[in-house]
Amino acid sequence: MEITVMSNILEKNEEVAAELNAMLTKRGIFTVNLLGSPGCGKTSLVEQTVSLLKSELNIAIIEGDLYTSKDADRIAACGAPVVQINTQGGCHLDATMVKSALDQLDLDEIDILIVENVGNLVCPAEFAVGEHAKAVVLSVTEGEDKPLKYPLVFRQSAAVILNKIDLLPYTDFAIDCAVRDITDLNQQAILMKVSCRTGAGLTDWLEWLKQQVQLTRKLKM
Amino acid sequence: MHELAIAQGILDIALNTAVDHNATSVVGVKVIVGELTGTVPEALEFGFIALAKGTMAENACLSIRIIPLTGHCRDCGSQSSIDKYCFACASCGSHAVEIITGRELKVESVEVE
Repeated sequence: MEITVMSNILEKNEEVAAELNAMLTKRGIFTVNLLGSPGCGKTSLVEQTVSLLKSELNIAIIEGDLYTSKDADRIAACGAPVVQINTQGGCHLDATMVKSALDQLDLDEIDILIVENVGNLVCPAEFAVGEHAKAVVLSVTEGEDKPLKYPLVFRQSAAVILNKIDLLPYTDFAIDCAVRDITDLNQQAILMKVSCRTGAGLTDWLEWLKQQVQLTRKLKM
Repeated sequence: MHELAIAQGILDIALNTAVDHNATSVVGVKVIVGELTGTVPEALEFGFIALAKGTMAENACLSIRIIPLTGHCRDCGSQSSIDKYCFACASCGSHAVEIITGRELKVESVEVE
C-alpha cells in the first residue's frame, strides 16, 4: 500500500527554529547565523564586532565547533557572554542545539545574538537556527569560485562579508568575478569588503548590524 | 555530511507513517530533492541504509527524484529554468527572480505492508 504523505523532511527543525525566531523577535534580539568555511575569519569578525560595538550594544555569542572551545575562549577574552556548542563531529548546528544553548544566556541583557556556525559552506545552509538573517564570510584566500560552488549559502545570506581584503595583492582572487557571481545568485545581499586584521571596511558591517537591531526592535512593537 | 540528518528525517516520517497505518514493514520511500539543497543523493542513500538497519524500514527502497531549479520574475512575470545559479530573468534580465522549484526536501509517499 502506497501512502501519499508530502511531508517536509526538515519540518521538526523548522518548527523549533520558528519557535526560537518568534521568541527572539518578541524580546527584540536581532539574531544572525554566521556562516563560512573553516579559517575564513568568522571568529575574527565576531571578536572585532564585540570589541567595536560592546560600548553601544549588548552582544552574546553561541559558538559552534566540532570539538574545541578555542573560538569561545577568544570571544570570552573580548568580554562578551559566550556559550559553546560542541557538535562532536556534527557538520552543522540545528535549532534544538541553539535552543539548549539559549538557556545559558540572560536574554534580558542582549541586543544582538551571533550564532557562529560550524565552519562549512554546505551543511549549515539547510538548517535554520532561529535567526533573523544569515551572513556568510568569504575570504579572498579561498578563491573567487566559491559562490557558484556553494550557491545555497550565498543565495540565502542577507549579508556577504568578503574578508581578508588586505591580502588581495598577494592572491589571484578575481574580485570582479566574485562580485558578479554573488550578484547573480542574490542581488538583495549586502556585500561588504573588509579586513578583520586591519579593521578596513568594518564600519559597513557594524552599521548593517545596528540597522538590523532597529528593524528587530520595530518588529517587537 | 548533513545528509545523515536528512536521512534521519526521512526515516522518522517513514516509520511514523507505517505505525499510523498499522503496517509491519516499509517497502519503499519516495523523496523529492531540489537542485538547490546541496544534497548528494548517494550520501542520502548511504545514510538511509545505515540508519534503517534494525527498523521496519530495513529493506525499504529509497527512490530520490531531483527537482530542477526554476524561477519566477517579479518584474516581467515570466517563468524559466535557472541555469548555473544565475538568478537573472531569461526574458528581461532582472535579478528579481524568486525560486518556484528547486528547494524541495520532501517525502512524497511511503509504501508499507
